[in-house]
Amino acid sequence: MKTILEVKNLSVSFNTYSGEVQAVRNVSFDLYEGETLAIVGESGSGKSVTSKSLLRLNPRETTMIKNGQIFYHHKNILDYSEQQMRGLRGAEISMIFQDPMTALNPTMTIGSQIAESIKKHTSLRGMQIIERVIELLQLVGIKEADKRYKQYPHQFSGGMRQRIVIAMALACEPRIIIADEPTTALDVSIQAQILELLKNIQKKMNLSIIFITHDLGVVAKMADRVAVMYAGKIVEIGLVDEIFYHCQHPYTQGLLAAMPNPDIDSESLYAIPGTPPNLLQPPVGDAFAARNKQALKIDFLEEPPMFKISDTHYAATWLLHKQAPPLLPVHQQLAQEKQKEREEKPLFDTNNPFLSLKEVKQYFKLGKNTINKAIDGITFDIYKGEIFGLVGESGCGKSTTGRSIIGLNTITDGTIQIDGQSIYDAQTKQEKLAFHRKVQMIFQDPYSSLNPRMKIADIIGEGLAIHGVPKSEWKTNIYELLDIVGLTKEYANRYPHELSGGQRQRIGIARALAVEPELIIADEPISALDVSIQAQIVNLLKKLQKERGLTYLFIAHDLSMVKYISNRIGVMHRGKIVELAESQELYDHPIHPYTKSLLSAIPLPDPKLERERQRIIFDEVKYNANDRANEKFIEVRPGHFVMLTEDELMQYHQTSAKGILL
Amino acid sequence: MTAKITEETKHYPADLFELASQADIVSDIVHRPEQSFWQDAWRGLRKNKAAIVGLCIIIFVILLAVFGPFMNNHGYDEQNITRTNLPPKVPVLEHLPFLGLNGVDGRGVDQYEKKGITEYFWFGTDELGRDLWTRIWQGTRISLYIAFLAATIDLIIGVAYGAISAFYGGRTDNVMQRVIEVLVGITGLIVNILLILILKPGIISITLAMVIVGWISMARIVRAQILKLKSYEYVLASRTLGASNQRLIWKHLIPNTLGPIIVATTFTIPGAIFTEALLSFIGLGLQPPTASLGTIVNDSYKLLRIYPHGMIVSSIIISLIMISFNLLGDGLRDAFDPKVRK
Repeated sequence: MKTILEVKNLSVSFNTYSGEVQAVRNVSFDLYEGETLAIVGESGSGKSVTSKSLLRLNPRETTMIKNGQIFYHHKNILDYSEQQMRGLRGAEISMIFQDPMTALNPTMTIGSQIAESIKKHTSLRGMQIIERVIELLQLVGIKEADKRYKQYPHQFSGGMRQRIVIAMALACEPRIIIADEPTTALDVSIQAQILELLKNIQKKMNLSIIFITHDLGVVAKMADRVAVMYAGKIVEIGLVDEIFYHCQHPYTQGLLAAMPNPDIDSESLYAIPGTPPNLLQPPVGDAFAARNKQALKIDFLEEPPMFKISDTHYAATWLLHKQAPPLLPVHQQLAQEKQKEREEKPLFDTNNPFLSLKEVKQYFKLGKNTINKAIDGITFDIYKGEIFGLVGESGCGKSTTGRSIIGLNTITDGTIQIDGQSIYDAQTKQEKLAFHRKVQMIFQDPYSSLNPRMKIADIIGEGLAIHGVPKSEWKTNIYELLDIVGLTKEYANRYPHELSGGQRQRIGIARALAVEPELIIADEPISALDVSIQAQIVNLLKKLQKERGLTYLFIAHDLSMVKYISNRIGVMHRGKIVELAESQELYDHPIHPYTKSLLSAIPLPDPKLERERQRIIFDEVKYNANDRANEKFIEVRPGHFVMLTEDELMQYHQTSAKGILL
Repeated sequence: MTAKITEETKHYPADLFELASQADIVSDIVHRPEQSFWQDAWRGLRKNKAAIVGLCIIIFVILLAVFGPFMNNHGYDEQNITRTNLPPKVPVLEHLPFLGLNGVDGRGVDQYEKKGITEYFWFGTDELGRDLWTRIWQGTRISLYIAFLAATIDLIIGVAYGAISAFYGGRTDNVMQRVIEVLVGITGLIVNILLILILKPGIISITLAMVIVGWISMARIVRAQILKLKSYEYVLASRTLGASNQRLIWKHLIPNTLGPIIVATTFTIPGAIFTEALLSFIGLGLQPPTASLGTIVNDSYKLLRIYPHGMIVSSIIISLIMISFNLLGDGLRDAFDPKVRK
């Protein structure tokens, strides 16, 4: 294979207010023609900085390239003038950004945005440019391109916009595309479409792609080779199968173990303890040592060199040194434990649901004549001590459901009962406070859910203050709560901005626990967190549930995590619950076409499986063509409800009678 | 790739390859004294040198404004035709000619000698022979009084109005904003002039005239901030804990609006001094013999080319007050923001 790009000993630092941040430390890798190299890492691991350095896109005032060379076609582009770089950007190497909502200029038509780089880099003029734009739009799968190229970005959906961004990147037939988390902001099914599109285009144009992501499922689907970054270094690099099935670095092993595998039923997730190091003062030795339970003494003294495992596979860990003791890798240890730990299915009191929603409707008035039916008649129960998962794509009404239950919105129609009492029964101040003691919420964004001007102690103590706990007891209560969520009492005196995302989310949990609630509504509590931290939070939530007999409504879009944590799952689509079943049942026998497509769109951290898998596409037009007005929520199997019309039910019965399990 | 493989064969002492005990893992916990929000803010402010300089100047000016007029025995309205337009003369400093504090005017004539005056007038005298030192500090006192009064009233009305309008939203917001728009529609100066014509010039009427339109910008700033903040998840979290509206506004919304509020207030104070000076300048402000920084500037600009001292001294004091309020405001904003504070 021909090497197209070669990075040698690249080190990049940023000058910040508090000192020099060594964002990238001595990184080397090659990129071959026609391959996809995935760079995986958590936020702050230096993966974005590395990729932006390839185009010299980092802010010039604060960035220092300390060391290293980047060879593109055997020329060091770090020596290029700004003018030469401009010739390279877009024409030879181009970039796809994370957020399609902000990557397009809202005041320009998409056609002229795509045409920009064509005008700059090619000799095409006039009509030729328009033809080229239309051709590109067709290539990325935009229908009626000859009409739509005159439209503005707001006339396209998120997934369509990302296609347009890709068309822009492809405009001058570049050799390399750097995709910086191109699907993180998208829903799973859109993500699957975009990934497939990228793969097809790569094949057609023999492109090299550098794919930056934190999602190992996406890596398994996309990558030929994988580089794992931690604390500004590449700790392991190899072919995708080598990384997923024979990884050597304890960090890679931990990351893989921390992903819930929907096919394995287990009680607790493996979680890497601690948080990534601060790159203002990078640790001596192996940066991962402080979080590694099996760290060797030498890990704290000397930095491990890159050990060669095979021609394509390298890892930087002392465990590969010939003197190292043989240790069982984390994920294999886990597999052994998992076999032991299976538990009996818990039993719930199904006659007296703790939370019960009946035909709940929540409409929002948008204008005089437009109404947004955020929730359109949903009915479900949650039993005491149960974890109920609610999944769906953005805009399906799952978060609104949570907010309506806790009373942040007043519902338009229907009843919500908690413990047999309607939530609107509470009239006096005392009754309202009693209601808030029963139900609490954990929020999605750990950055906006804590008041930046309050100390941690005051944030946790707010519930105590509101509910009239005497001031003298606050301190002990707060320390106890911090201890429960796995933080030390020193944190009480800090401000939120001094904490990492995972720590903040723990504070959010402690705040909710302060009033000793019975029901906790967790609104996407882990979607803003890094993979290794997600597992910590999920384990904490599960542990708390067991110890305190809590009931959860767990709202998320990540089906694999929901499947792992929940007893039962409801799938929401367009303000309705279309399928509801026990999590294993739902996973094994999805019936509703939407559920099927959702399940098949989740990328799994298993490259072999990913290669074989066929995605099921949800055909919205065909779905709506059936008589939707007459659909009913039908129990097709014990405890398994699906929203079906009569025709669909007949169809289902016919196929299942033939013995074909869908 | 070959360059990466180096010390693979190097030999290390065997004990380095033992499993590390937990003690080797250092935690990152920082101990910090327990302090209240205000203590933290004060600590942050103390570290900001510019803000402290500003604060010191403000305190110094206030002290002089209070005690300055008593430091000699001239009254602020004490006229004496025999000693008009004397340049400043200060004991000790009079021997440093480049400072211009030796009683010699622009034409090189020592007015004190010429008029046979043995007293020292530190800031000189005006065209009616009134001691400028007394008048200027008396004027500063009145200007600061008006400014603080106007700023406080602006602050109270503006924050309350903006907060209520944004927090309750819907129809309340709609009505309140239309009222503001009507007020904004009329030019501020015209409102001032009309009001003063009705109320007769005086400290209270000037303050009222400034307040009547002054709070609007504060109300708008606060409203914009709170509209943004009220959908933040920490506000929702507090609501789900059962917090009352009062608690939401005072504990969550206002503290997070402090930055813009402080900045706006520090602009209001110099602004008020300036408006008062402007009104006095066009003859609608305080009436003689009452002094304010504005009236002094107004009186002395006529003699600017021959006797510039009155103008220079009063302008310097106005500028000092404005700069130091801005410096202090900047420092306060940072001090109240835990993210900026180190």
